[in-house]
Amino acid sequence: MEKRAVFRAGSLAYLLILPQLLLVFVFFYWPTGAALYWAFTLEMPWGGGNQWVGLENFSAVLNDAKYWSSVAASCVFAFAATALALAQALVLALFVDRQLRGSKSFRSFYVWPYAVAAPAVSLAFRFIFAPETGLVAFVNQWWPGLWNPSINGAQAMTLVVLCFAWKWIGYNFIFLLAALQSIPRALTEASAMDGAGPLRRMLDIQLPLLTPTFFFLLVINLTESFVGADSFGIVDILTEGGPANATNLLVYKIYSDGFKGLDYSGAAAQSIILMLLVMVLTFIQFRWVERRVHYK
Amino acid sequence: MSFVSKLQMAAAAGALVAAFAVSPAAAERARFEFWYGLTGDLGERVQETCKRFNDSQQEFEAVCVGQGGYPNAVQNAIAAYRAGKQPTVVQVYDGGTLDLMLSGAYVPARKLMADNGYEVKWGDYFSGIANYYATAKGELLSFPYNSSTAMLYWNRDAFARIGRDKAPSTWEEVEEVARELKKAGYECPLGFNFDTWQILEQFSAIHGEPIATKNNGYDGLDAEVVFNKTKFVDHVKFFKRMADEGVFVVRTKEAGMDIVPSFASGACQMIQTSIADHGTIGKTAAPDMRWDVAMLPVWKGTERRNSLVGGASLWVLAGKSEPEYKGAAAFLKFIGTPESAEWWSTVTGYIPVTNSGFEAMKAKGFYDKAPYKGRELAIESLTYTPTTPITRGIRLGGFMQIRKEVTDALQGIFAGKVGVEEALNEAAERSNAVLRRFEKTYAGKSLL
Repeated sequence: MEKRAVFRAGSLAYLLILPQLLLVFVFFYWPTGAALYWAFTLEMPWGGGNQWVGLENFSAVLNDAKYWSSVAASCVFAFAATALALAQALVLALFVDRQLRGSKSFRSFYVWPYAVAAPAVSLAFRFIFAPETGLVAFVNQWWPGLWNPSINGAQAMTLVVLCFAWKWIGYNFIFLLAALQSIPRALTEASAMDGAGPLRRMLDIQLPLLTPTFFFLLVINLTESFVGADSFGIVDILTEGGPANATNLLVYKIYSDGFKGLDYSGAAAQSIILMLLVMVLTFIQFRWVERRVHYK
Repeated sequence: MSFVSKLQMAAAAGALVAAFAVSPAAAERARFEFWYGLTGDLGERVQETCKRFNDSQQEFEAVCVGQGGYPNAVQNAIAAYRAGKQPTVVQVYDGGTLDLMLSGAYVPARKLMADNGYEVKWGDYFSGIANYYATAKGELLSFPYNSSTAMLYWNRDAFARIGRDKAPSTWEEVEEVARELKKAGYECPLGFNFDTWQILEQFSAIHGEPIATKNNGYDGLDAEVVFNKTKFVDHVKFFKRMADEGVFVVRTKEAGMDIVPSFASGACQMIQTSIADHGTIGKTAAPDMRWDVAMLPVWKGTERRNSLVGGASLWVLAGKSEPEYKGAAAFLKFIGTPESAEWWSTVTGYIPVTNSGFEAMKAKGFYDKAPYKGRELAIESLTYTPTTPITRGIRLGGFMQIRKEVTDALQGIFAGKVGVEEALNEAAERSNAVLRRFEKTYAGKSLL
C-alpha cells in the first residue's frame, strides 16, 4: 500500500496561513476596500462625514480632458521607458555574456543603478540636466533655448523616461544575464562549430531562449512604470508633473490631487481606474504576448 | 511616496529619540506634541523655539516634530487625526485653512486661551494678518505664526550701473528699468517663476481686484473665481510680452535655479518674493553685493491697497487631554510675547504679527541697522490701507488645486503653447469645478 503524508487537521493549515492572510488583508484588501468606498463618496478630509454620490467621481474623472492627457502621458512614459530599459539591458547583457575583457567587473557595475533610490537618481539627473546650471547647460550656449525641460513638455518627458530607464537597466540586465548564462553552452558551441558567427547565434539561439525572461521583465517594467514608487519619486523631484501637466503621470496625479489638493474622493476614483487599467494591461500581456514565448 | 514617508518616519523617530533623551526631570512634565511644516534653516529655528520654551519653564514640555513641508504637515495631521493620534498643535498653511475651518476638528484660539486663563489682546494682531485666519465676523480661530508678505527685491549695484538709486514703484517703471538693465548687458533684469502667490494673489490684493466672487469666498461656499476677468489678465499679458523680449526671465527650481538663488547670486536683478527670504538672501548673497527691498509695484493710477499675509498659522486640534491643552496654551502664550516675537523675526525673516511686537522692535532700533533694515516695509505693505472685504484674504475651497490650475496655465502660456486669455479662462472654468466639488463635499455646512 502506498504511504502518503497528509495533514488531517484542516484547522492547523488555516492557522499556519493566517499570519500571511492577515498581512495581505491589512496591507492590501483593507486599503483597497477603503479606496473603493471613498471613490463612491465625497469625503471630508478631516473626517466628520461623507456622502454617497454613486458614480459621480468616476464620471468627473473620465470627463476631465486633463485626466486623459495624464493617461496619454502615462502610456508614453511606460512604453518608452520599458522599451529603452529592456533594449539597453539586452545589449549590455549580450556583451557581458560574451566574456569580453572586464566582463566580471561589468557584471556587478551594471546592477548598481538599481540600488540607488529613485529620488537620489532624480536629484543627480536634475544637476546634470538643468538647462541653465547643469552639466549640459553648454548646449544652450551653442544654441540658446535648445534644451529646457522646465518649459518644453516633450523634453521633460524625455528626461523622466531617461531617468527611469537608467535605473531599471540594472535590474533588467541581471535577469537577462542570468537567463543567458543558463542557456546550455553546448548549443552555442555546436552552432559556432557549424560556422555561425556571434550575431547569428544571438538571433537564432540566445534571443528565442530569452523570451520567458523577457516576458517576465516586460510585465514587471510596465507595471512598475505605471504604478511604481520609482515613477512617482522621479516625477516628484524632476518635474512635479509639469510643465503644464506634460509629465503628470497617473500615479503622480493621484498623489497631487489627493494629498496636496485634499480631494480624497477624486484621488480614490483615479486609483481604482488605474488599478483596473494595470489589470487589463497585464491580462493582455498574458493572453496575447505570452503566446509568443517559448518556455523550452 | 513610500520613500518620502519612510524618511518622515525616520525623522519623527529621530525627533522622538531626541525628545526622550532630555534630562530625566523632564519625565514629570506634561507633554504635548507640535507638528510643523517648515524645513531646512527655518525648521531648525522652530526646534530652537521649542527648546527656548522648554527651558523657560518646568511645567510643560513641547515635543516638536518636523513633517518635511507644509503639505506633509497637513496630510500627516489629517491621517493622525483620523486615527485618533493627532498632535495638539499643528502648523497649517494658508491653502489648508478652509478644510480645517469647516471640519470642527479644532479648538478655537479664543476658547483655548480663555479656558486656560490667559488673556490675549486679540485686537493687537495686525488686521491684515488676523483676518486671513479669522471667521468672516473677525473671530480668530488659529494663531498667526510665521507671517510674511511679498516684496520686490532689487539689486542696488546693478541699478547704480544704469544711474538709478531708487526701486521702481510702478510696473511702467519696472519695464523701463528692466529694459535699461538689459541694454547694460544684464541677462535677467527680472526673474519670475510660476508661483501664483505673487503674480495672482498679492497682485490682485494691492490692486483691489477680486480673485473670486462673494468677497473672495468669505461670504459663502458658492463663490466663483473671476481672475480671468480682472487686471490680472493684462498683467500676465505684460509678463508674457516682457518674457518674449527676454527682459523678464523664467527662473524655476526645475530649470536648475529658482528666483531666490538667482537673485542672491546676482544673476537676476529684480524678483518678487516673500520677506521671509530676506534672511536667506542676506546669508547667501556675496557680502559686497548691495541690495534692498521695496513694496511690490502697482500699475500707474492704481490706488494701492494692503498686501496679503503669507505663511502659516498654528491650529490646536480637538480631542486632546486637559494637560495637553494647558501646555499648548502656555506655548502659544510664550511665542506671542514681545521677546519671542523679536527673536523669531531676528533669526528668520518673518515679520512680527502684533502691533505691540512691531512697535517694541521699532523702538529698539531693530529696523535701523544693516541686516534687518528694509523688513519694516513688509509691515507697511501689509497695513498700507485698512483691510477691505477683498484684501482681507482668500477663502476658497480646494485652494491648492486652484493654485495648481493657475500654475499650469502660466506654464502653458510661457511655453507659448496657449494664449493668455484662453489659458486663464480654462483655468477659471476648472477652478470653478473644484469649488463646486468642494461645496458639495461640505453640503449643509456653512462658513463661520
